[in-house]
Amino acid sequence: MLRADNVCFAYGKGPAIGPAKRPAKVGHYVPTDNELTNYARTDFVLTDVTFEVGRGQIVGLLGPNGSGKTTLLRILSGILRPASGRVALNGTEVGRLSHRELARQIAVVPQETHATFDFSVLDIVLMGRYPHLGAFELEGIADLEIAREALAATGTTAFESRQFATLSGGEKQRVVIASALAQASALLLLDEPTASLDLGYQFEIAALLGRLNRTRGTTMVVSTHDLNLAAALCSEVVLLKQGRVLAQGSTEEALTAANVRALYGIDADVEFHKRAGHLTVVPIGRSL
Amino acid sequence: MIVTWSAFGALAVGACLLAPLVGSTTIRLAAVFDRSRPFADNIDAQIFFVARLPRVLSAALVGSGLSVAGVVFQALLRNPLASPDTLGVSAGAALGAILAITFHLDFSLLGVSAVPLASFSGSIGALGIVYALSVVRRRGTSTTVLLLAGVTLTALLGAVVRFVQYVADFTETFQTVRWLMGSLDVAAYAPIGAALVPMTAAFAGFITLPRALDLISVGSESAAARGVNVTQSERVALVSASLATGAAVSLGGPVSFVGIVVPHLVRLITGADHRLVLPASALFGAAFLIGCDLIARTALAPVELPVGIVTAIIGGPFFLWLLFRRG
Repeated sequence: MLRADNVCFAYGKGPAIGPAKRPAKVGHYVPTDNELTNYARTDFVLTDVTFEVGRGQIVGLLGPNGSGKTTLLRILSGILRPASGRVALNGTEVGRLSHRELARQIAVVPQETHATFDFSVLDIVLMGRYPHLGAFELEGIADLEIAREALAATGTTAFESRQFATLSGGEKQRVVIASALAQASALLLLDEPTASLDLGYQFEIAALLGRLNRTRGTTMVVSTHDLNLAAALCSEVVLLKQGRVLAQGSTEEALTAANVRALYGIDADVEFHKRAGHLTVVPIGRSL
Repeated sequence: MIVTWSAFGALAVGACLLAPLVGSTTIRLAAVFDRSRPFADNIDAQIFFVARLPRVLSAALVGSGLSVAGVVFQALLRNPLASPDTLGVSAGAALGAILAITFHLDFSLLGVSAVPLASFSGSIGALGIVYALSVVRRRGTSTTVLLLAGVTLTALLGAVVRFVQYVADFTETFQTVRWLMGSLDVAAYAPIGAALVPMTAAFAGFITLPRALDLISVGSESAAARGVNVTQSERVALVSASLATGAAVSLGGPVSFVGIVVPHLVRLITGADHRLVLPASALFGAAFLIGCDLIARTALAPVELPVGIVTAIIGGPFFLWLLFRRG
């Protein structure tokens, strides 16, 4: 469904691979070794990232802070353009789609959402209908139905007329997911959706995402620091370190003690947990 | 939605019709529109159309321009305390206008005369500085930084204005001092026409914005992810709001606090949806400034106060209340 090919991205100035407002070249483009050495390694936020997300999959993006997870999600959602390489959605390059077309196919759930003004929960969810409406078109009954259905799917029906700003972090996140569902796109990109939540809410969001994936077939790319969440939720993971892919593949294959050590410098036990029903990662200490 | 629009529309039209009736001589609306008497003999109509209506229409134009500019700045910067005054945009516009007035600049471009043009240049310059500050700090600028930048800019531009006044001719200084207090002492239709051109252009831009502002106010990246062309909307919003501020200031001087009081009062009634807040602020802003000007004209009659004093007396405490409520 979604394919990233040799995606590179750098901040700062440079000859071929400049600040990525525009692609240096549309289509396939892999920087030569010579071009790569024009930069200090740290200039590159992403180098040669290639992976594929199949329909109905949940793919986890793992990696330490600054490894390029958020940048990669921004590139996948079309907010940033890669300096080189390409991102294709069902075969069409993301950069070739208009903002609206893109939003009808990809929805994004940011880490945190603050409403500046007193929008109600229903208002926030209805904002997901934006790419489906004309420039001066008001939301109709059909849009309201879709919004209510999204509220029901995320268990937030009871909050409908509450002010968004008065909700707790976990409730807000569920409402933002509802808003993304109202957008009716088949692909959901989530940037550390549980990062600011307590344990209870972390499980609740994880369960919600799993349920949406099973019942609606929503495809998801989830970046997270929570390895156990990734193990529980994701069929595949992409491990990023300093903007490069360290490992990728099915969660069982890629989420290993060796890879956890390589990523975080942490010695951990990675074992299948019978009661949990998936791999669990128990960090032991800093590896030497 | 239509009901709310109509209610605010009726309020604005009512204010435009009723405010000119009040003054040193009280006149009657029926007499003003009495078709049986020719205009030359109809004193009521003369007072209405010649002496008072220009002033009321200026108030309407200035009030709605500043109010909508306030709404747009607040949404764009995701900051409920942003407004033409607090950002220093009014001060920029005032400096531009003062320069044009003092140096008797006389030219026009696309039907817009020198003072509104200079005023617009000043407002967009000031806004450019503040906006650059909010973009450089990626995670959105904190209220404190933004307001401090506005205060600093206002002080800096104010000093330049005082310098220009100091070197200028004494009679001109008197005029500009009055004007800087925010004064609607307009007794002709020509300046209204001059301000109307950029104001119309600004409102043509505003019409395209409401829904985009809703989404941008929740976060510009999530707005982009929902299909808003954020870069384009931001450009239209910034230019339109600067145009509106420039036009308003060129006509009525930097009338303070309108751009913060009106949007907040309107939101209390309509909620946050910009499809309501934006038009309602334009209409309520007009009625609000007409009302303030009525107080300015009549409170110490026959002395006419600059309207900026009245809006500041109302707006200052209101702004403090907002700060308390947020804290």
